[in-house]
Amino acid sequence: MSLVFTLALRNLFQDRLRFIASLMGIVFSVVLVLVQMGLYFGFSGMITTMIDHTSTDLWIVSTGAKYFEDLSLLNTRMRDRLLAIEGVSEVVPGVVGFSAWSLPDGAMTSVVVVGSDVADHGVSPWNVVEGTAQSLATPGTVVIDRTYFDRLGVSGGVGATAQIRALPVTVGAVTDGIRSFTTTPYVFTDLRGARAYIGLPGGFTSHFLVRLKPGADIERTRQNILSNISGIQALTPDQFREQSRSFWLFSTGAGAALVAGALLGVIVGTVIVAQTLYSSTKDHLYEFATLRAMGASNSYIYQVIICQALVNAIIGFVIAALIGAAIVHFTAKSALQVVITPNLIIELFFVTIFMCIVSAITAIFRVVRVDPAIVLTR
Amino acid sequence: MTEPVIEAANVSKSFGSGPGWVQALKNVNLTLNGGELTVLMGPSGSGKTTLLSILGCMLAPSGGTVRVCGTSTSGARPEELAKIRRQHIGFVFQAYHLFSTLTAAENVLLALDVRGERGPKAMAKTEEILASVGLTSKMASFPRQLSGGEQQRVAIARAIVAEPSAILADEPTAALDAVNGQATMTILSTIAKERGRAVLVVTHDPRLFGFADRIVHIEDGSVTREQFTDLKSI
Repeated sequence: MSLVFTLALRNLFQDRLRFIASLMGIVFSVVLVLVQMGLYFGFSGMITTMIDHTSTDLWIVSTGAKYFEDLSLLNTRMRDRLLAIEGVSEVVPGVVGFSAWSLPDGAMTSVVVVGSDVADHGVSPWNVVEGTAQSLATPGTVVIDRTYFDRLGVSGGVGATAQIRALPVTVGAVTDGIRSFTTTPYVFTDLRGARAYIGLPGGFTSHFLVRLKPGADIERTRQNILSNISGIQALTPDQFREQSRSFWLFSTGAGAALVAGALLGVIVGTVIVAQTLYSSTKDHLYEFATLRAMGASNSYIYQVIICQALVNAIIGFVIAALIGAAIVHFTAKSALQVVITPNLIIELFFVTIFMCIVSAITAIFRVVRVDPAIVLTR
Repeated sequence: MTEPVIEAANVSKSFGSGPGWVQALKNVNLTLNGGELTVLMGPSGSGKTTLLSILGCMLAPSGGTVRVCGTSTSGARPEELAKIRRQHIGFVFQAYHLFSTLTAAENVLLALDVRGERGPKAMAKTEEILASVGLTSKMASFPRQLSGGEQQRVAIARAIVAEPSAILADEPTAALDAVNGQATMTILSTIAKERGRAVLVVTHDPRLFGFADRIVHIEDGSVTREQFTDLKSI
């Protein structure tokens, strides 16, 4: 094995304090990027969670609706027109809208009411940990997520009572992990109840889920719907997901802020590692000059510096990944979930390697300029 | 007649420009031959180090030519000069310039590593060379654990392990006491005689003359005198 690795490793470990400072820089940077990107993925997941957990071929919403919770009003008579279109098998109405949940102390908090009839297999609760989703067949029953118990002033889960817009409701089931991007709790209920809680007139709905007959072409049916009915969007789940993400993450700037934070992390990490490698190289300048005097090729010398950068990157990344795993664990049950996917870990590993190699460039420039003859003057 | 290992012809070197212009070497002619230990002698600022740098392909001359083992260094790029150094020249420095984080054996091994020689064969060569300079027991020691004389012997072992044609030593005894200085010169002399290498030693110390086959005097950038140890001046 080449001595490049030995030399690089020992040079790094010779000044432990500097090495630790460099590692801290990398760990800080990688954790920052992990958290920012983890929040980005967490938010992305929350934004599309209703779409992800609903079985349908097409979503029908009004032209202005940009995301699931965006209140759009469609006339319920449209259902018959949709059913008349070739290829359409089933049309399920659903209601979504904001309302006010009364807390035990008399105060109010906003909730997003999601209404659909259980028998229609519309937007229904999942991850039910207490009670059953079928309880929604009983009027005045709601399903809430346990993450929001405190927020809704609910204690005791199933059987707990409250009021929405002064109308009494009873908790019929409890879910785990259904969180909204806006942090406003989702409250599942039946279609009629939802209209009442939102204050929506009887002849209106927020969306239709369109399911197709076996073998029907989705795109052709979509185009047929659009050409037959005006003022609506007919979106495949993928299109609706993309539209929702695009609105929340980029139109509002929330996603851009997260990506900017991640970029800042990469820049900070690069600068810190660059400074450390540069000062380490400066300290060992006579050794690098000696290597040059001995006839070491430029690539041999670059290897020593890059090897130092890689050791920094690998150790720093491992520590950061462990911290990241702890953050994921501790945020798993919170409303602000950090989601770290295997792909994110792999990509971030390569970003860390890239960051450290870029950091090595200043040190390499310094070494390239070293005159080997300086070893004769000291 | 064998070809000189290093041959400098009409070498001149100047630094700076305008009022700061300095001519460090003026038309220097010098050949270093295999099996010969040459001592380069001169006062401070006479151009000894500049000449050593040019002969060692670390500095390009302003004028004249340098040939190393028949290869001209004129117009060579830094990477090409590095290759010539790697293949033909070993250096011994006054300050040793050992790698503080490497053991004595690793310091020697490094000279082979930069040439791409690795593995058990390189290790065996390293052990043999360190044994030849009397440092078998110090192979695993770091430079800070070695005396000045021992460090200089490691530096010599590093310079010769790859069997270069020329060894250029810059004041190799300046930091050593008399006993270690004599021991170092004995090793360098042996390298010249027994291994047939061209050895150039730059020094101020007249006590080293006894080891020289040839003494070259330099003053104000010019070779003023060249004498063989049988005192036959040319």
